[in-house]
Amino acid sequence: MDQIILQILNGLDKGSAYALIALGLTLIFGTLGVVNFAHGALFMMGSFVAVTVSKLLTLSHKVVDETRTDFLGNPLQVDVPYIYDWFGEAAGNVMIDWAVPISILFAIPIMIGIGFAMERGLIKHFYKRPHADQILVTFGLAIVLQEVIKYFYGANPIPTPAPEAFTGSFDFGVAFGFDPNAIIYPYWRLVYFFFSVVVIGAVFAFLQFTTFGMVVRAGMADRETVGLLGIDIDKRFTIMFGIAAAVAGLAGVMYTPILSPNYHMGMDFLVLSFVVVVVGGMGSLPGAVLAGFLLGVLESFASMPWVIDIAPGINQIIIYLVAIIILLTRPRGLMGRKGVMED
Amino acid sequence: MLGLEKKDFRLMLIVVVLTLLAPFILNPFPEGSELAQFNAGYPDLMQRFVIFGILAIGFNILFGLTGYLSFGHAAFLGVGSYAAVWMFKLLSMNIVPAILLSVVIAGLFSLVIGFVSLRRSGIYFSILTLAFAQMSYALAYSVLTPLTGGETGLQPKASDVRLFDGALEAGENATPSLFGLAMRDTYEMSVGSWVFTFNFGYYVAAVMMILAFYISIRIFRSPFGMMLRAIKSNQTRMSYTGLNSKPYTLAAFVISGMYAGLAGGLLVAMDPQAGAERMFWTASGEIVLMTILGGAGTLIGPVLGAGFIKYFENIVSKINKATLEQWFYWMPDGIEDVMIAIVYPFVGKGWHLTLGLLFMLVVIFLPGGLVQGGQKIAAIFRRKKSSDAKDGATTPAE
Amino acid sequence: MSKSNFSRRGVLKTGAIAGAGLALPQYLRADAHAGFTNAPGDSEVVLGFNVPQTGPYADEGLDELRAYELAVEHLNGGGDGGMMSTFSSKALDGTGILGREVKYVTGDTQTKSDAARASARSMIEKDGAIMITGGSSSGVAVAVQALCQEAGVIFMAGLTHSNDTTGKDKRANGFRHFFNSYMSGAALAPVLAANYGTDRKAYHLTADYNWGYTTEEAVRSSTEALGWETVNAVKTPLTQTDFSSYIAPVLNSGADVLVLNHYGGNMVNSLTNAVQFGLREAQANGKNFEIIVPLYSRLMAKGAGANVKGIFGSTNWHWSLQDEGSKAFVQSFGTKYGFPPSQAAHTTYVQTLLYADAVTRAGSFNPCAVVEALEDFEFDGLGNGKTLYRGADHQCFKDVLVVKGKENPENEFDLLEIVEVTPVEQVTYDPDHPQFQGGELGTCNPGA
Repeated sequence: MDQIILQILNGLDKGSAYALIALGLTLIFGTLGVVNFAHGALFMMGSFVAVTVSKLLTLSHKVVDETRTDFLGNPLQVDVPYIYDWFGEAAGNVMIDWAVPISILFAIPIMIGIGFAMERGLIKHFYKRPHADQILVTFGLAIVLQEVIKYFYGANPIPTPAPEAFTGSFDFGVAFGFDPNAIIYPYWRLVYFFFSVVVIGAVFAFLQFTTFGMVVRAGMADRETVGLLGIDIDKRFTIMFGIAAAVAGLAGVMYTPILSPNYHMGMDFLVLSFVVVVVGGMGSLPGAVLAGFLLGVLESFASMPWVIDIAPGINQIIIYLVAIIILLTRPRGLMGRKGVMED
Repeated sequence: MLGLEKKDFRLMLIVVVLTLLAPFILNPFPEGSELAQFNAGYPDLMQRFVIFGILAIGFNILFGLTGYLSFGHAAFLGVGSYAAVWMFKLLSMNIVPAILLSVVIAGLFSLVIGFVSLRRSGIYFSILTLAFAQMSYALAYSVLTPLTGGETGLQPKASDVRLFDGALEAGENATPSLFGLAMRDTYEMSVGSWVFTFNFGYYVAAVMMILAFYISIRIFRSPFGMMLRAIKSNQTRMSYTGLNSKPYTLAAFVISGMYAGLAGGLLVAMDPQAGAERMFWTASGEIVLMTILGGAGTLIGPVLGAGFIKYFENIVSKINKATLEQWFYWMPDGIEDVMIAIVYPFVGKGWHLTLGLLFMLVVIFLPGGLVQGGQKIAAIFRRKKSSDAKDGATTPAE
Repeated sequence: MSKSNFSRRGVLKTGAIAGAGLALPQYLRADAHAGFTNAPGDSEVVLGFNVPQTGPYADEGLDELRAYELAVEHLNGGGDGGMMSTFSSKALDGTGILGREVKYVTGDTQTKSDAARASARSMIEKDGAIMITGGSSSGVAVAVQALCQEAGVIFMAGLTHSNDTTGKDKRANGFRHFFNSYMSGAALAPVLAANYGTDRKAYHLTADYNWGYTTEEAVRSSTEALGWETVNAVKTPLTQTDFSSYIAPVLNSGADVLVLNHYGGNMVNSLTNAVQFGLREAQANGKNFEIIVPLYSRLMAKGAGANVKGIFGSTNWHWSLQDEGSKAFVQSFGTKYGFPPSQAAHTTYVQTLLYADAVTRAGSFNPCAVVEALEDFEFDGLGNGKTLYRGADHQCFKDVLVVKGKENPENEFDLLEIVEVTPVEQVTYDPDHPQFQGGELGTCNPGA
């Protein structure tokens, strides 16, 4: 029982990342009709915003310490962050410690900016082109983005820890009457789960309860008619692209303490999030979220030791297996609409 | 001739001449010169050009004609490779049984996957094929290690059974051959300071590609090909006329799977090692890129796309800082450093970056792929020469 | 077209002499002149450095490349000579190899065996490389080693740790200086027993591929021999990035030690996850819960940040070693690049020197002569103390370092501290040890 609760927690956590990326993908696909293979790269860019912020906060000047020596036997040059000079050491340390949450403030405008630039500069010209062209050009863009990141940050993962206050883990077991240590879960992962629920809720509320959202939803359903009504749907769609980019970016920022970012993490997530989107049903936002959590939980269950003992290798293929079964039993995924992306 | 229209026959002839003379064409720079870096006329790369050409031609029969975008084609290549290596291990180092079996196994495999996946269309079909391929990759890499060699891959060993071959002499390696002629037999010709390499394996693969190309032309021009195009343009209308399109698409899927199997078999015939990475989704993606980059639906496009990508992967990735220093040594010091600093991020370890940029440029400016680029250039020339350039583009774009 | 041949440079040389100025085609065959693949000319010799430049191990690959460039510089008489002055064999004199200037070509393995073989083939067929070296994973090493055997050139493996490279997939033309899974297990087990006691229950998480299997087997058998019990061993997909669902059940499984048979990105992520799940602070069976990483790499330890503190593992070499060879190498590498070399850089630098030295002692580039010179060659002064290149399986036998993540690093490179230098006797095994069975070395292949 405790194991099952633990794996559900794990699955929800994993699912939140899938759901956030899939949500952005579906927003772009649903509004603009564009299959964005660069979406994984946006997720990756988000986490590198966090990396950059924490690098900037620790930007240092060198002070030579004559008492110590470096690996070659020369006097050691100690790095002193500028932030110490400006705010004093204590306040500086707090800011460095909270680099990841601070990055959220930067990530939102930066990612929206990147989203705008992508849509206006590139994607706009591909609305009328076949999906294959969209896939190819965004895939090319994804490669370029990740190579640029690699050029500046190298190929190895860069540790970007969560604030001190969130390290360690919470013992659920005790709270619910199990043995101590039975259900332990890291604080930051709980934060991530709640964060993603909030973001998903915000996106849905935005679409549901604002006029802007209503127009966008109308545009998703029937773009031409909305255009005929004299509404400048293109501009709104650009904004939606920016929002989708920001959602992916935030997912990336918050993910950095869980997974040290590296330049190819976007590609690692890309295929899975496509599977999630399709299983959810192309163009369906609730479908994307539902499929994200569902696949996350199933993946966690499949990696339990006794499951692997019964069916070796199941943990490797579970997501694809589930995708196949769902697509064969439900032709358009869990909540897909007829006629979308079927030709 | 050969059951081809005049235009197709001309194209066929061009392809035959180009493939047969490839050792000359691909080695335009004299040995030892700075530009020799760009020579592609060595056996490994020439073989890859034609083998991936076969793969792309086959993929094009499915994607170019029916519009069904398979995102798991690399699985058939991988299965074909494994089948061929097992033939090497069990029967003989002669490539004939290996290649036959690789085509058959890939055909069967694609029959099963196609039968299931073709129940859906559009992106749902793509994801189904992707899912099957990723499962094949994951299992081949881990659980199926006894069958596939896992991470280290499957290779023939001196100690294998090989029913039809005699025992190897001490120190002799198991090398794939065609009735005694080893695939790696190479014959070199030097003219002045040029060296041209003629490799037996290349010519085996080249003949296969010419055959594959010929069959593909025949399919494109056949009633069957017409039927496939009809499926692409409007499947609903087809079904209203009372035609069941599925047997046709399934046939196209299996044919293109067999092409992939043939490519897989040839790959291990040239280099007897099969690794699971060749089934990873990026490998499938590469096939899609090759086809679209060259020009999907055109006859010659996929082959060009395959050559383009393989050239990049093998030539540009090998340029290092020392090479750059050689190129720019004649410049004044300051400018030399600047030039190296500008070029360096795009070559060697940065070859992915260049490839990504080129993809984007091609897709943005040449929606029809490289073939369209060729047509545009040809059109410019023709306009200069005369005005009656209407009949027949250089390549029969669909 | 009778016999296989890979050479072109040899042809070129003879062709140039015989056919100078002639426009008529010259039909020649290399094997009549060379005797072995890619016989170098009189003025220069080409080595092929095949390292991952893209993909997850790109940083290690680039560090290997730096070491190669340094080695070439030293061989050609440039720089301060590095370990050439501390090397016990004094055959190398800074005039290249056998009087020929050393040139090199580079390629990208992408950490894929197919791409690595394509790249190595192009070096052999196009650039006339006489020796291929490099790589940062065992799959690539095994694949390229087999290729070099077929082509008839020498392969000097880079970073490859799986038993198979010199076990069931060993080849006569291939040599490995790096240590292996068995040695890691044999070196670690006594240290673990001394620090954590002999009554421990271990839980293994193992990367689901060949290297993972051999490492798990090695660590299991050596720890079990000292009284440990293995509670469970779970295989994790190589492509996994989040290991939470594998880590979560560990604490409640009755185990009190977690062994992470992971490398590279896998190791960084699984270790980070394990620390997040509080395993470091946890108590189990009345003992402190412990984590072990059998194969450490400093570059990867950097990715895991503070999580590595106090965690035991093994490594082939570390820059803080104080013997003359290591000091000389760190000095010349550090001076040139500004940071200390990684173990990948060390092993590739040493492999290049060893190859050059073997050629010089043999007096020939012929692969069979090189194999003979390297087999059962004993040397010293290359950073690992007295070392033997065993003839039976072409594996180097030398001391193994047991290290631990440093609690208070003094600078960003100071991540690991050496706990013990395990003497070579303790990690030596029979060539037909069960973990290494099933392979055949064969005989050397000179190619053409």
